[in-house]
Amino acid sequence: MDGGQDMAARPGAGSTGLIRTRTRRSVGEQAVKALLAGAALLSVLTTTGIVVTLINESSGFFRQVSVSDFFLNTNWAPLAGGESQSFGVVPLIWSTLYLTAIALVVAIPLGLGVGIYLAEYASPRVRKTFKPIIEVLAGIPTIVFGYFALTFFTPLLKDQLGIDVQIFNGLSAGIILGILVLPTIASVSEDAMSAVPQSLREGAFGLGAAKWQVVVRVVVPAALSGIVAALVLGASRAIGETVVILVAAGNNPNLTLDPTVAHQNMAAFIANVARSDASAGSVAYVTIFAVGATLFVMTFLLNLVAIRFVRKYRQVYE
Amino acid sequence: MAVAESAITRKVVERASGGQRTRDLLFRLSLLLCLFIAVLFLGVLLVDVVIDGAGFLSPHFVTSYPSRLTPDTSGVRSALLGTLYLMVLCGLFIVPVGVAAAVYLEEYADPTRWYNRLVEVNIQNLASVPSVVYGILGLAFIVRGPVDVWGLGEGQPTLLAGALTLGLLVLPVVIIVSREAIRAVPPSIREGSLALGATKWQTLWKQVLPGSIAGIATGVILALSRAIGETAPLILVGAGAFQLFDPKVDGPFSAMPIQIFNNVTESKPIFQELAAAAILVLLILLLLMNSAAIYLRNRYETKW
Repeated sequence: MDGGQDMAARPGAGSTGLIRTRTRRSVGEQAVKALLAGAALLSVLTTTGIVVTLINESSGFFRQVSVSDFFLNTNWAPLAGGESQSFGVVPLIWSTLYLTAIALVVAIPLGLGVGIYLAEYASPRVRKTFKPIIEVLAGIPTIVFGYFALTFFTPLLKDQLGIDVQIFNGLSAGIILGILVLPTIASVSEDAMSAVPQSLREGAFGLGAAKWQVVVRVVVPAALSGIVAALVLGASRAIGETVVILVAAGNNPNLTLDPTVAHQNMAAFIANVARSDASAGSVAYVTIFAVGATLFVMTFLLNLVAIRFVRKYRQVYE
Repeated sequence: MAVAESAITRKVVERASGGQRTRDLLFRLSLLLCLFIAVLFLGVLLVDVVIDGAGFLSPHFVTSYPSRLTPDTSGVRSALLGTLYLMVLCGLFIVPVGVAAAVYLEEYADPTRWYNRLVEVNIQNLASVPSVVYGILGLAFIVRGPVDVWGLGEGQPTLLAGALTLGLLVLPVVIIVSREAIRAVPPSIREGSLALGATKWQTLWKQVLPGSIAGIATGVILALSRAIGETAPLILVGAGAFQLFDPKVDGPFSAMPIQIFNNVTESKPIFQELAAAAILVLLILLLLMNSAAIYLRNRYETKW
């Protein structure tokens, strides 16, 4: 305030008059900015916290178990006592990827189908009805999906469809996991396709293409980076899901292609150990940090890929 | 003449695209089938939970404590209270921090600076870190962390630790949604305010934030409804189940997803029904929150 009046009083003061003076007001503004930046910084601290924790605690683990033993050994029995205890993480990683694969086999066609329908075919009224329904599906807590897989879907597979599954099995959990990630794939891919400019579609129609040709040969390729991002995000969600697997897929990983037996993913393993009160500091207990670090690195890489693809389609059409 | 010509043209076009039209129909039908399957799963899931759980749902179920020994008369009191407390504490944490971060990124940050880009990518990445990893962070950093106030850092599970963990988990959601709401306020509003001599902060506080309050509130409710449905982080930070006492902020606590989870893993069939009834309570709570979000959006949304 004062600075302003000063300058007005001395119009010929020259360039020195333009130097910003510190007033109570400007100091307050700077303080506000610093506070807001601090809040934004908390997100970076969160990531740092996660990384430091994982490195710190898993280094304790790797002092007792060699890295090669962890990643190459195929016998996973971290909670067993004495001689039979073994820390080969391969079966756990295998089961994680296998469950994710089952989920994606379900979620990719269904999710893309829903996404394409809502973006390209649905009338505004239909979209207004079904988009919220898909969002409801996305908002249902995962424990509910776990309950559904265990008490409804597994019996359905066994009794109605005659598939010889165990009570805890990878098939039921994997399929329900697919339904769980379906909304992610549907909504991200729908966004990507809605961002494709109308002129591309009109151009294709003008050349005599049928609607399905426009969608499959013009819109989908034009939105490809967004669609890939949707798939990668879906995969990352499926890899990191805990409760559905914990409730419906059982408590041990299996190095097998058989979906009717128990499987366990990394996240479910971590939760299971934390729940079973393995004494803090024991090798079995620090295993959760080593497994957590592996899981974090896997999803982190997937997320970076997804972010890159999302950015690509934004740059093209916005 | 013109009429006859267009009729001929139409006929030719029709003949040429006859096969295309069948394919178009098939493609459309298969897309509809995908949508149908998704909706069917949702419908069957809801109906299944209602059938299994409706028998237990009563005021008594909400007000009595859960019990392993007398499942017939047990309820979800401690778990529901735990979830409500978690929601309040989590909200107190994420509203100021989330909105402040969003304001910084939208209004102050220069996106060409590397550190602002880092924050941005970091938030996007945090949004898809598995929830169980946040649980590990909560366990190692908050429950057994360096802080030692209000029961934090003592190695014992506390409600406050649970709320902070859930808060960190959903913070990216709040930030991302709030940023969109702030971005929707047109620049002319800011310019008008600044031209009248308001400082940047006054412009934000008196113009931009009130203008984006509907979007921000929606985002916060969305984030909270995600937070109270999370199970994995709470397992990690040590939330309990079947608790016969009300939760305390600096003491042991339970929560709805944890109670549901423990009911599901009990072997007697009656616990499945209790789980379904508890799921119904949780879903009703979520429904109320989402209705509130829709109401707020319609009531306070500003059209520019």
